[in-house]
Amino acid sequence: MSFAQQRGRNSMSGNALAIEASGLVKSFGDTRAVDGVDLAVRAGSVYGVLGPNGAGKTTTIRMLSTLLRPEGGSARVLGHDIVTEADQVRGLISLTGQLASVDEELTGRENLVLLGRLLGLTWRAAKGRAADLLDAFGLTDAAGRLVKHYSGGMRRRLDIAASIVVRREVMFLDEPTTGLDPRSRNQVWDIIRAFAAEGTTILLCTQYLDEADQLADGIAVIDQGRVIAEGTPSQLKASVGSGALHVRLLDPDQRPEAERLLSRALSTVHLEPDPAALSAPCADGDRGAEAVAELSRAGVRVASFSLGQPSLDEVFLALTGHPAEDQTEDAEIAEEERA
Amino acid sequence: MTEVRLHNVLATAPRARRASALSAAITFGWRGMLKVKHVPEQLMDVTLTPVLFVLMFTYLFGGAIAGSTAEYLDYLLPGILVMSVLFTTVYSGVSLNTDLTKGVVDRFRSLPIWRPAPLVGALLGDSLRYLVAGTVIVVLGVALGYRPGAGVGGVVLALALVIVFAFALSWVFTTLGLLLRSPNAVMNAGFMGIFPLTFLSNVFVDPETLPGPLEAFVEVNPISVLATASRGLMEGNVESADIAVVLGTAALLTAVFAPLTTHLYRTRA
Repeated sequence: MSFAQQRGRNSMSGNALAIEASGLVKSFGDTRAVDGVDLAVRAGSVYGVLGPNGAGKTTTIRMLSTLLRPEGGSARVLGHDIVTEADQVRGLISLTGQLASVDEELTGRENLVLLGRLLGLTWRAAKGRAADLLDAFGLTDAAGRLVKHYSGGMRRRLDIAASIVVRREVMFLDEPTTGLDPRSRNQVWDIIRAFAAEGTTILLCTQYLDEADQLADGIAVIDQGRVIAEGTPSQLKASVGSGALHVRLLDPDQRPEAERLLSRALSTVHLEPDPAALSAPCADGDRGAEAVAELSRAGVRVASFSLGQPSLDEVFLALTGHPAEDQTEDAEIAEEERA
Repeated sequence: MTEVRLHNVLATAPRARRASALSAAITFGWRGMLKVKHVPEQLMDVTLTPVLFVLMFTYLFGGAIAGSTAEYLDYLLPGILVMSVLFTTVYSGVSLNTDLTKGVVDRFRSLPIWRPAPLVGALLGDSLRYLVAGTVIVVLGVALGYRPGAGVGGVVLALALVIVFAFALSWVFTTLGLLLRSPNAVMNAGFMGIFPLTFLSNVFVDPETLPGPLEAFVEVNPISVLATASRGLMEGNVESADIAVVLGTAALLTAVFAPLTTHLYRTRA
C-alpha cells in the first residue's frame, strides 16, 4: 500500500474542499502567466501542482496565498475568499516561497522568534517554540549562526520550521526541494510526509515529477498557465497507456548502436538528457527482456535497465509534446520582476 | 531529525493569536536592531560622514564664512545635525529595496498582521540610527568647543525634533525604495534629491548673503525651518511658529507617503 493510500484511509476529513479555485487569471505585461486555472483540493490531502519553469505555478501559489490579486476568476481557502477575506486566509495558511522565505541576516533562532512574535506568541512562548523547532529539525547547533552561512538543506529546513511556528490548516510549498542534494531532498520529503500524516492540507508546487509521484494524492499538470491534466499519479500514468523500458549504458559512445537495436525491437526510442540513457515504450515484459538480451549479444554494455510503469516525465511528454524541463530557467520569476 | 520529534513538534504547535499593531511594529523594529547588532559596520557611514563634514566645514570654510572657526561652529553645528540625520533617511529606502529582493518579504506579506507593521517597524529601528548619527555630531561639537545655550535639555529637544522629521521624511524614501529597481538606484535618486535640498538651505550659510530668488527659496525650504528650529531649541530662543511648521510638514509627508508606501508594499508583485 502506498503512503498516499495509507493516509487517505486514515484521513477523517472526508470530501470537504480546502482549496477551490476557478478560472484564475493573471498577466504580467503581455504574458498570461496564469490563464484560467481551476483547482479543487480536498482537506487533508497533498496536492501536487506539476509543471516546468514558467508554467504559472508560482503565480498560482502567490494568488492563493494572497500575495497577488487575480485579474479574473476567484478562489477560496477553507471557505474564505482570497481577495475579500484575505486577512482570514492569512490566518489559516503558511507560505514557503521558492526563494527561501527566511531572513538571511538573522540567526536561525532569531528568525523563528521573530515569526512567533508576529503570530501573537509572547516572547517567552516564542523562544520556547523556537528551541523546540530547532531541536526537531536538527538545527540546534546552528541556532546562533547567521542564516546566510547555512547550507541549502539547513536553510530549507529552517524555512519549513518557520511554517509551523503556529498551527496552520493549509500549507503552500513552492518547489521545496529545488537545488537540494539527494540527502536533503529526502529529509524534506520526510517532513512533508509527517505534516500530511497530521492532516494538514498541502499544496505542493514542483517541477520534479518523482516528487509529485512520491508525495501527492492528486496532481494537476500545468503548462503555459493552464491545467492540462488532473488525476491521481496512477491515473495520469494509465492515461499514457503502456509502460517503458529504461536502459543506461556503460559507454555513452555506444548509444547510437543501442538506439538502432532497440528501435528494431520496440519501435520509438527516446534519448534521455543523460548521454548514456535511453528509453522506449514497452507494454510487454518479455519483449523488453528480449530487447535487453539483444543489446548484450551485440556487445553493447548495459550498466542498468528497468521495466515499469511510465514515469511522470513520460506523462508530461505525452501530454504536452515537450519534455518537462526544457524551458528557460526562472522564466517565471523574471516575468514577475518585470511586472 | 527523527519522526518522533517531528511528530511532537507538530502536535504541540500553539494556536496563533493576532498580534496587536503595536506589538507587530515593535517586533519589526527589533529585527532592524538585530541587523545592526550582527553587522555593526553599517553604522560607519552613519557616523563617519557627518564627522568629516563637521571638521571640513568648520576648519576649511569657518574662517571665510563667519570670520572665525569658533563662531562658525555655533552656527553650523545644529545645521550639520539636521543634515547628517536627514542623509541617513535615504538608507531606509535602500534597505527596504534590498529586503524586497529576498524571499522573506513574501512570508511577511502572507502573515495575518497589521499591514504597515513591517514598514513602521523598520522605520522605528532606523530611528535608532538617526539617534546615533545625531548624538555623534553633538558629542563632536562639544569636544570642538560648542556650548549650547539651552544646555542638555535643549539639545535633547532639538534631537527629538530632528528625529521626528526624519521619521516622516523616510516615508518618501521608502516609497522610492518600492518604485525603483535596485538599491543603488534608490541611493542615487535619494541623494540627488536630499543633497541640493540640504545645501539650498540655511544649514551652511546665512541666506541674507544669497541672491534674491535663491534667498526666497531657501527661506521656504522646510530643511531651513528645521535647522532654524533646532538652533532655537539648542540656544533657548526657539520660535513656536518654526516648530509648528516642522511638525506640520512632518505630518503632511507622513499622511501622503505612509499610505502610498503601504499600498505599494502590499501590491508589488
